[in-house]
Amino acid sequence: MNLIFSIVVMTLLILIPVIGVGFLGLKGLFSIYIPYLAFIIFFFGLIYRIIDWARSPQPFKIPTTCGQQKSLSWIKHSRLESPASTWEVYLRMFFEVFLFRSLFRNLRADFDGKRLIYGSAKWLWLGAILFHISFLIILLRHLRFFVYPVPEWIKILDFVDSFFQIGLPPIYLTDLLILAGLTFLFLRRLVDPKVNYLSHASDYFPLLLIIGIATTGILMRLFFKPDIYAIKELAYGLATFQPVLPERNISLLFYVHLFLVCTLAAYFPFSKLVHMVGVFFSPTRNMANDNRMRRHVNPWDYPVKYTTYCEWQEKFRDVMEESGIPIDEEWCKEVQKQA
Amino acid sequence: MSKLPKPDELLKDLNLHKTPSKHWMDIKPEFRPGTYCYAVEPQVMEDLGRPHLGKWQPHDEKWPLPEDWKERILKAIRDRMERFRSFKLFMDICVRCGACADKCHYFLGTGDPKNMPVLRAELIRSIIKGEFSFFGRLFGRLAGARPLTEEVLKEWFYYFYQCTECRRCSVFCPYGIDTAEVTIIMREILHELGIAIDWAMKPVRFSHFVGNHIGLQPHTIKENIEFLLSDIAEITGLNIEVPINKKGAEILFVTPSADFFADPGIYTFMGYVLLFHHIGLDYTISTYASEGGNFGFFNTLELAKKLHAKIYEEAKRLKVRWILGGECGHMWRVWHQYHNTWFGPVDFLEVPKSPITGTVFEHAKDNKIVHICEFTADLIAHGKLKLDPSRNDHIVVTFHDSCNPSRAMGILEEPRFILKNVCNNFVEMPENTIREKTFCCGSGSGLNTDEYMEIRMRGGFPRANAVQYVHSKYGVNTLACICAIDRAVLPTLLNYWVPGVEVAGVHELVGNALVMEGEKKRTTDLRYRPLKGMEEEV
Repeated sequence: MNLIFSIVVMTLLILIPVIGVGFLGLKGLFSIYIPYLAFIIFFFGLIYRIIDWARSPQPFKIPTTCGQQKSLSWIKHSRLESPASTWEVYLRMFFEVFLFRSLFRNLRADFDGKRLIYGSAKWLWLGAILFHISFLIILLRHLRFFVYPVPEWIKILDFVDSFFQIGLPPIYLTDLLILAGLTFLFLRRLVDPKVNYLSHASDYFPLLLIIGIATTGILMRLFFKPDIYAIKELAYGLATFQPVLPERNISLLFYVHLFLVCTLAAYFPFSKLVHMVGVFFSPTRNMANDNRMRRHVNPWDYPVKYTTYCEWQEKFRDVMEESGIPIDEEWCKEVQKQA
Repeated sequence: MSKLPKPDELLKDLNLHKTPSKHWMDIKPEFRPGTYCYAVEPQVMEDLGRPHLGKWQPHDEKWPLPEDWKERILKAIRDRMERFRSFKLFMDICVRCGACADKCHYFLGTGDPKNMPVLRAELIRSIIKGEFSFFGRLFGRLAGARPLTEEVLKEWFYYFYQCTECRRCSVFCPYGIDTAEVTIIMREILHELGIAIDWAMKPVRFSHFVGNHIGLQPHTIKENIEFLLSDIAEITGLNIEVPINKKGAEILFVTPSADFFADPGIYTFMGYVLLFHHIGLDYTISTYASEGGNFGFFNTLELAKKLHAKIYEEAKRLKVRWILGGECGHMWRVWHQYHNTWFGPVDFLEVPKSPITGTVFEHAKDNKIVHICEFTADLIAHGKLKLDPSRNDHIVVTFHDSCNPSRAMGILEEPRFILKNVCNNFVEMPENTIREKTFCCGSGSGLNTDEYMEIRMRGGFPRANAVQYVHSKYGVNTLACICAIDRAVLPTLLNYWVPGVEVAGVHELVGNALVMEGEKKRTTDLRYRPLKGMEEEV
């Protein structure tokens, strides 16, 4: 059901530009207005989310410690897993965000007869890292459409990515890897009973959407080459806020590609995809394990009523006297005076 | 109480790779005896001035909810989203990758998909989408959204009291989503209507009014200690005194109250006492701040703060220099991660400094509280203790990292260092079941009640299974730990799964090994068991 729904939505999303551009000829709408709208939604939506998180207070310092704390000088503490300074927190976050360190720990629990065993399970990490890193590189590569002249580093990236020179034009390595990663993540949702059980349509949909984007991109690169100059003209116009509709014809496939990208951008801030930004705010990862060294202040902290020593002493005065536990009148006088 | 199946039968139908044919939103929790805790008695809530539902039990078909229950719950959710970035963020960013799925001990022991941490969080995430989000309401189940109903409330009660806030899932989550945080907040939200469990609330009442979880009055604490001191005298020939409420002592020592009276915590307490006497420490215990543990934490954060405020007033009153804390799990979560925020700045105490070694505990310089294992490890490292590890030769010991000291504090090496110095036979359990990947006892966070025995045995199974492994492979007969709840519940768990393995606090073993000045020749350990080679003499 979840999967079918996602497929139906995807089909609609592909049909919209096909009809809109192919039959109705609404090129301006699909190449200028919709992209701007999507970008505005993406940009302001994301800012809204960031401000929303940043504004909400984090009352307590609750890092998850995955390694030895900093305590006695002769015990080596784990800088990455139990960071005790801001610098070490940055280090932990770097590994978390760029290398998915926590995911790398993944295990798979299973029974071996009556014994529970825990095998290494790094496939999820591999699939995830292939997808995310490839996506990042592909995005950066696309900058060549938006800037003129194309900076050297993008050219280098392009060169390295197509290093193996398979096919003509050469296949980008990241194109293959992103598809491999996405396919794995998608199949995993179908095949692994646990993951299948907990997946919503909103888990399949973004995968399909990105698969759609990658596939249309690769098709254009390898088989149905659109007019690159026209695309660059359009992209440059959009980027410099002087949008022009290229006179030369751009293929329908490009409009599908562009529309799916727009959908992704507009969908991004309001879906689970915001994990990309959210991970930076995660209090179990971005806080130092230095609670007893540096005080963390809770902005909404309020005093609570508790049983004071004097109230308690009054209640147990008799048994205390009987068993020879000292009574402290002095303290109670002092407290009273202060009050 | 229900009859607990035999160990062979309990997990017979367990399959970690099979899921129900029905969607999880269509499955209602079944309140079967042995799988849920009893509801709180209204008088308890009354005494503490908290809302309650009157007399009811979770298995009741219809819960006596107030008319405005839904508004109150929704308001409470909104309030928590505003006050806790953690909660808001964890609701927003989960991608349901499933890395956490088989990390939860309750999932591994029940196979119930709602015990996968991701689904546990979906129980509330789905309501936030279904009640507060336009798209959630539009797409419903497709977006993982659903409306709030009485059935949902029952489900929350069932599953948020089937999480021990152990944080194992948060180690593996790529975004650090911490189910403990979600559970803490969900229990708070249920508390807004007065939905709570008796076992976790009665100790709160006692702790608030009397000072400790089972309501030991000051004279009883004194008597219990004297009783333990007479055992020490018999075993070592030494007459030791424990200072009680002593003004001007250098150090205030606070430990979970179970160490005063409950087997096997009492042996740990004897270990502390021997250690302090051995080094001539100027300390005091308090009958007012007589509880290091904190059951308030298993209900609401406000209750937790209420209970531990006593410790700091007592430190001020007794004019001690700093505070030393005993072995305990969630206790140290609260002490380490919450105390300084609640009770700081602690400027009336001094930066902790060991009077014996001169070591300044820099890592505790702001809050002035030190863990007993940090303190003892430092003593051993400086050669200040006279130890005879062969006195523990009758045992083969392994170490169980308690959840919170490992994942909310990171105290991994200190207890191991101590154990290696006081025992000759120390072995580790398999690496994926210790340190930050340690498994919960299955009874933490206020769930250590008898009516919950089936789930406790299931949840503790992964821990017991790892003990079983070292028990059969290396002959391990003692599981050392630094947690009072562990000491209270692991004997039951191991007796069920791995008979023949005892549970001991680390300082009990320290007590065994300490060569005290003026002591008589020891023939037994602190439990009156003969030492190795002394079987004849006893």
